[in-house]
Amino acid sequence: MQSKVHVQTTINGEPREFLCEPRQSLLECLRDTLGLTGTKEGCNDGNCGACTVTMDGRVVTSCLVLGVEAAGAEVTTVEGIARGSALHPLQRAFLENAALQCGICTPGFLVAANALLEAEPDPDEQRIRLWLANNLCRCTGYDKIIRAVQQAAREMRGANA
Amino acid sequence: MSTQYTVVGTRPVRHDGADKVTGRAIYGGDFTAAGLLHGFILRSPHAHAAIKRIDVSKATAYPGVKAVVTADDMPPAPGDKIVDLGEGETPLSYVRGNVLASGKVLYKGHAVAAVAAVNPHVAEEAARLIEIDYEVLPCTLTAPDAMRDGAPILHADLRMKELGQKTDRVSNISDHFRHVMGDAEKGFAEAEVVVEGEFNTSTVHQGYIEPHNATALWNNDGRIHVWCSTQGSFVVRDATACVLDQPVSQVKVTPLEIGGGFGGKIPVYLEPVAALLSKKTGRPVRILMSRQDVFEGTGPTPGSHLKVKIGARRDGKIVAAQAWLAYEAGAYPGAMVGPGAMCVFAAYDIANVVIDGYDVVVNKPSTAAYRAPGATNAAFATETLMDELAAKLGMDPIELRLANAAKEGTRRADGPKFRKIGCVEVLQAMKNHPHYSAPLGGPNRGRGVAIGFWFNVGLPSSCTISVNADGTVNLVEGSTDIGGTRTSVAMQAAEVLGLRAEEVLPTVVDTDSVGFTGVTGGSRTTFATGWAAHDAAQDVVRQMKERAAKLWEAAPESVTCERGVYQSNGHSATFRELAARIGETSGPVVGRAAVNPRGVGGSFAGAIADVEVDPETGKTTVVRFTSVQDAGRAIHPSYVEGQMQGGSVQGIGWALNEEYFMNGSGAMVNSSLLDYRMPTALDLPMIDTQIVEVPNPAHPFGVRGVGEANIVPPPAALANAIHAAAGVRMRRLPMNPPAVMEAIWRKSTSPDS
Ligand code: FES
Ligand code: FES
Repeated sequence: MQSKVHVQTTINGEPREFLCEPRQSLLECLRDTLGLTGTKEGCNDGNCGACTVTMDGRVVTSCLVLGVEAAGAEVTTVEGIARGSALHPLQRAFLENAALQCGICTPGFLVAANALLEAEPDPDEQRIRLWLANNLCRCTGYDKIIRAVQQAAREMRGANA
Repeated sequence: MSTQYTVVGTRPVRHDGADKVTGRAIYGGDFTAAGLLHGFILRSPHAHAAIKRIDVSKATAYPGVKAVVTADDMPPAPGDKIVDLGEGETPLSYVRGNVLASGKVLYKGHAVAAVAAVNPHVAEEAARLIEIDYEVLPCTLTAPDAMRDGAPILHADLRMKELGQKTDRVSNISDHFRHVMGDAEKGFAEAEVVVEGEFNTSTVHQGYIEPHNATALWNNDGRIHVWCSTQGSFVVRDATACVLDQPVSQVKVTPLEIGGGFGGKIPVYLEPVAALLSKKTGRPVRILMSRQDVFEGTGPTPGSHLKVKIGARRDGKIVAAQAWLAYEAGAYPGAMVGPGAMCVFAAYDIANVVIDGYDVVVNKPSTAAYRAPGATNAAFATETLMDELAAKLGMDPIELRLANAAKEGTRRADGPKFRKIGCVEVLQAMKNHPHYSAPLGGPNRGRGVAIGFWFNVGLPSSCTISVNADGTVNLVEGSTDIGGTRTSVAMQAAEVLGLRAEEVLPTVVDTDSVGFTGVTGGSRTTFATGWAAHDAAQDVVRQMKERAAKLWEAAPESVTCERGVYQSNGHSATFRELAARIGETSGPVVGRAAVNPRGVGGSFAGAIADVEVDPETGKTTVVRFTSVQDAGRAIHPSYVEGQMQGGSVQGIGWALNEEYFMNGSGAMVNSSLLDYRMPTALDLPMIDTQIVEVPNPAHPFGVRGVGEANIVPPPAALANAIHAAAGVRMRRLPMNPPAVMEAIWRKSTSPDS
C-alpha cells in the first residue's frame, strides 16, 4: 500500500484536511474519506457528470481530479448549494418541475447549472443544453431539467433586479 | 385533470425531494458500515471458454486481502431445481452460473472470482493475481449464427423446446413457440397489398447512471443482511437465499435509494458474492461495479432479428400478418421474445395471424428486462411496415392505423381479448395534436409516426398506514422508488383519507418490515402499490369510523366519511380532530392491505417525430418530438410526463446511436459512456407530451401504469421520419450516420431509384 499525502483544502466554504493516496481521485476522497456522498459516481472516467463539482469556480468531473490536486483549492459540492436551511432556487425549481426521477444525476446537474447561472444569468435554451451536455440523465429526457434551470434563472434574475 | 378528485391529478413536490436535491439521500453505493471491506470481481476476458484451473493463492497472500471466493464456495446447485424470481421460471443453475461462472465462461465479463480487501484498489490488484487457465472455445454472437447447425453450443444440457414440447435436440435455441389465429395463408391470398421486410436491432443497455452495488453482512447468528440498489428488495432476498441455499427468512434486504433501473436492476449479480465474502471474513463487504462491468456483466436488452409481413385490402383493412422473431437471450435463456410476440401485432385487429418466436442463447451478457422488454424491437418492424403500407395505399398513416386499431374485445394472436384500452384514443390525440399538422420548417426534414403497446403487470404489493395524533399518517411500503412513486402511491392514500399529499408520509422499508411486494417494474408501482395504499387507507377509514362511533356513542354504521370529514347524527369531526382523540378510544389505528391485483390495464403510446437528415453525413437530428400515452389516470401528471419523456429519449438513443459494438472474438469494444453514446441534453429538443386518460375500469382510480409503452414507438417513428426526409427505408437499429449515409448512397446508385 502506498503511503498517504496530507491535503489541506476548502470544501463548501469550510477548511478541511484529509489523507489520501496519490492515486485516489477527488471523488473517492470526497465520498469515502470525507463522507460527502452527495457527489455520485456513474462512470469514473469523465463521461457521465454525476461526480461534477466546482474547483476554484471551474466545473470539473471529480473522478478525473486527483485528491492531492485539491490542495489549496476551493471545492463546491452539491452539499454546498443550499443557502443554510433554505433550498437554493435551483433546488426548488428542480423539485417544482419534477426535474429528477431517480435523482442520481441531480447533484451533478445542480452543480453544473449553478456554475452556469453564476457565469451567465440569462442563458437561452441552447446555452443551457451546452453547459449541461457533460451531465447524463437517463431518466428524464432533460426536458424538465432545462425548464427547471430556466425557472431558477428567471427567479434569480428577478431577485437580483 | 379530473374534478372528482382533490389530490389525484395534482402535482405536489415529492416527499423525498429535499434529500435528493441536497445530496443527503443514501443510494446503494453511499452505504457504509463499521469494519467495511471492499470487494472486486474478476471477470472473464473471453466470450466462450472452459475454465481448466483457478489458482487463487497469490491473491489470497496479497497484503490487505481478507478473502477470495469462486463458484466452488457456492453451495452445489441441486440438479435441475427451477426457481421463479419474479421474471418467470428459470433453472437455479443458470442464476448461480451467472453470479459466478462454474466450469465455463459464456461471455466476456462473466464473473469468475471475487476478492475482499481493505480497500477497492487492493482488492483489484489482488484479483489480477488470480491465475486462470482457460481453454478458449469458438463463440457465437448473433441469433442467426447461433441457430445454424454446427454453431458452437453454449449449454451442453440445454434441450430445445419446440412448440411446447421438450425435444432431444441440443441447440442454442432454448424455445421455439408459435401463436396462430385464423388462417394466415388464406388471409395473404385475399390481400391486395402486401408489405414485408427483414429487420435487425442491436443489443443495447438500459444505461442507468448508477452502477450496480451491494453490501452484505453474513452475521454471526447466521442471518444475512443486504443493502443495495434494486428494483425489487424481495426479489433480491429470494434470489440471494436461493443462490446461497438459505431459507428466505435468513436474508434481510434493505433497499437504499436507486439510481435508475429500467428493468436492469431486477436480477442479482453482486449480492450473493458479497455475502459469501462476508461469510469468509466475518465483516460487511461492499462491491461496486465499474461502468465497464455494467456494460459487460449486466443484462442488456436482446439484439433481435425479425421478418414481418402484413397484407391488406385496398380499402386499408389488414387481413393477414406474419412475424418471425429471433431474440438473443445472451448467455442464458430468457430473451423476452415472448412479450415481443405478444406485442408485435397487439395494436391491430387482424383476423389471420401467425407468429413464430425463437429464444436463442449467444455469447453475450445474459439479457435483462428493459422498459417494455421485447416490444420495442417488434414495433420497429411492424410500425415501419405500417408506414410503407399507408404509402402504398395512399392513406394517411394515422388513418390506416385507426382503421385497424385494436379495441375492447379485440383478440390478440396469443389468446387474450382486450378489455377497455386506449389505442383509438391515443391515435386520435396524435391526429389532433398541432404537431401533426405543423409545417416541417426546413429542407431535408421529415415526419414519422408510430404507436406501441405494453401490457403492464400486476404482482403483489403490501402497505400499512398508521395514524399520527397530529392528523398525518405514516405509509409503509415495499416498492423501491425510482421515479417519484413514494408520492404517486401516497397521493392515492391521501385521496381516500381526505388529506393533502404532504400529510401522508411514505417510507420504503426493508423486507422484514412489510409484506411481500413485487418489483418496481412492469409499470406496476403506481398501479399495484397504489392500489394497496388505497385499500389500506380504506381500512383506516373503517377504523376511524369505529373510533368516531365510540366517541359519539353512535352505531359504527351511522358514521359517514366524506373527504376526510366524519359525521353521525349531528356530530362532525375532521380526520385531524379524530386523530387527536384516538388515544381516548383504544389503541393506535393501523390500516393494512395486501393485494395481488387482476385487472391490469395495458397502455398504448404514440410518437410523432420530426427529423432533419444531413445529406452529407447521414446524421439525423430530432427537431421536434411528441409523445402521447394512455395513462388510464395520471395520478401525478408531472411524473407521468417524465416517464413519457424519459422513455421517448431512451427510444431515440436506441434508434439513432446506441449499440453493443462487438469484435469477432466477442468483446464489446465500446464499453464506456464515451463510446456507448447515450443522448445528451445537446442532442435533443424539448419532448412534448400529451397524456390521454382512458381509465382502467378495474383500478380504484383508473390507473394503467405509464413506465414502459412510451419507449416502444420512437425507433419506428424515427425510421419513418428518416424515410420522409431522405427517401430511405431503414431496416436496422441503430440508424447512425454511417448506416443512413450508406442507405442514401445505395439509393442514389441503384438503377431503379
Ligand atoms: S463519475 Fe465522473 S464523470 Fe462519471
Ligand atoms: S433522474 Fe435518473 S439519471 Fe437523471
